[in-house]
Amino acid sequence: MDIKDTLFRPVFRDNPIALQILGICSALAVTSSMQVSLVMAIALTLVTAFSSFFISAIRHYIPSSIRIIVQMTVIASLVIVVDQFLKAFAYDTSKQLSVFVGLIITNCIVMGRAEAFAMKNPPVPSFLDGLGNGLGYSFILMAVAFVRELLGSGKLFGVEILPLITEGGWYAPNGLLLLPPSAFFLIGLLIWAIRSLQKDQVEEPEFRIAKHTTAIEEGA
Amino acid sequence: MEHYLSLFVRAVFIENMALSFFLGMCTFLAVSKKIQAAFGLGVAVVVVLTITVPVNNLIYQYLLADGALAWAGLPDVDLSFLGLLSYIGVIAALVQILEMFLDRYVPALYAALGVFLPLITVNCAILGASLLMVERDYTFGESAVFGAGAGVGWALAIVALAGIREKLKYSDVPDGLQGLGITFITVGLMSLGFMSFGGIDI
Repeated sequence: MDIKDTLFRPVFRDNPIALQILGICSALAVTSSMQVSLVMAIALTLVTAFSSFFISAIRHYIPSSIRIIVQMTVIASLVIVVDQFLKAFAYDTSKQLSVFVGLIITNCIVMGRAEAFAMKNPPVPSFLDGLGNGLGYSFILMAVAFVRELLGSGKLFGVEILPLITEGGWYAPNGLLLLPPSAFFLIGLLIWAIRSLQKDQVEEPEFRIAKHTTAIEEGA
Repeated sequence: MEHYLSLFVRAVFIENMALSFFLGMCTFLAVSKKIQAAFGLGVAVVVVLTITVPVNNLIYQYLLADGALAWAGLPDVDLSFLGLLSYIGVIAALVQILEMFLDRYVPALYAALGVFLPLITVNCAILGASLLMVERDYTFGESAVFGAGAGVGWALAIVALAGIREKLKYSDVPDGLQGLGITFITVGLMSLGFMSFGGIDI
């Protein structure tokens, strides 16, 4: 399999969040600031890549009846490493992320890639697949965080870009973007944008509105 | 008593698991197409949360927390780093036991909930509730109330969303927004609605 394809396909074409609806929980909750999102994105990408790698390396020895538990244990161990690392070296960010680092364990992207790809492929492609999906997740996360932080508090990575009125500037911050619901709207709009570019991803509606028939049309 | 009531109301409305913490979103969006399925999953989540949060509370208090092993003569041991692994193990095991128990003794309920139970192990709302419980230092009683409240709140949210989506399928949505996109925006609006509960205190 083509390396480049394995790595970059999930970033745009098969984006795990936009197309496969996986791993949205944390995507919404941590995106009110770029810095926190960046840490979260790196953590998730590393966990996905390495868990795919390790699970793929032992895939011939895992009995299929207990594979979920085995995968869960591998993932949980990696998340513990990340969590301890963050507590030691980036304590403030780790406090802001609160429970969401732990929730990487149940992030469907990690489990989904382990189950769908790593169990059937050798370690190196699995590693790249995990990395690619992690990057796809990071891409959405950073895009949402960019809009939320820039328009919500006029900053990027904590550096002032749009000077606020309260501090003598001209920009009136949009408080809605700091509130949780805005993340839903932004991801909804992002999905709209992606699907307008890639028409084949549009979902087929269950019902179509029938053509309007009027007396005149029938008569004509 | 009042304290518990207030905690329950907070967990159901103000700190709604799905709409203000975004936990359990994957299943929240995937299983909310039909009210009946949403209701089944909601009940399963309530049951599992009500059991797992207090059990994890006991595990944390008596095995993992700093100095918790004093009863075993090991006052200096701090196993809290094993938390994540233990909670997810407890959840997976309890869900399995619950499934076998229902299959044996309450087959009707098993038939209704059966398909949803395995899904719940990987639902972040379950693990999230346990982690929040640890972070906020709840006692055993509080954690039971918090678990039940969080479950009821999540169930309420998913049933409400399923109701909206059942109506929504007759509406004329732009092509790119069809399905997932419009669902996101709907959930956003619901979340805004739930924010109006903020500040209510009993």
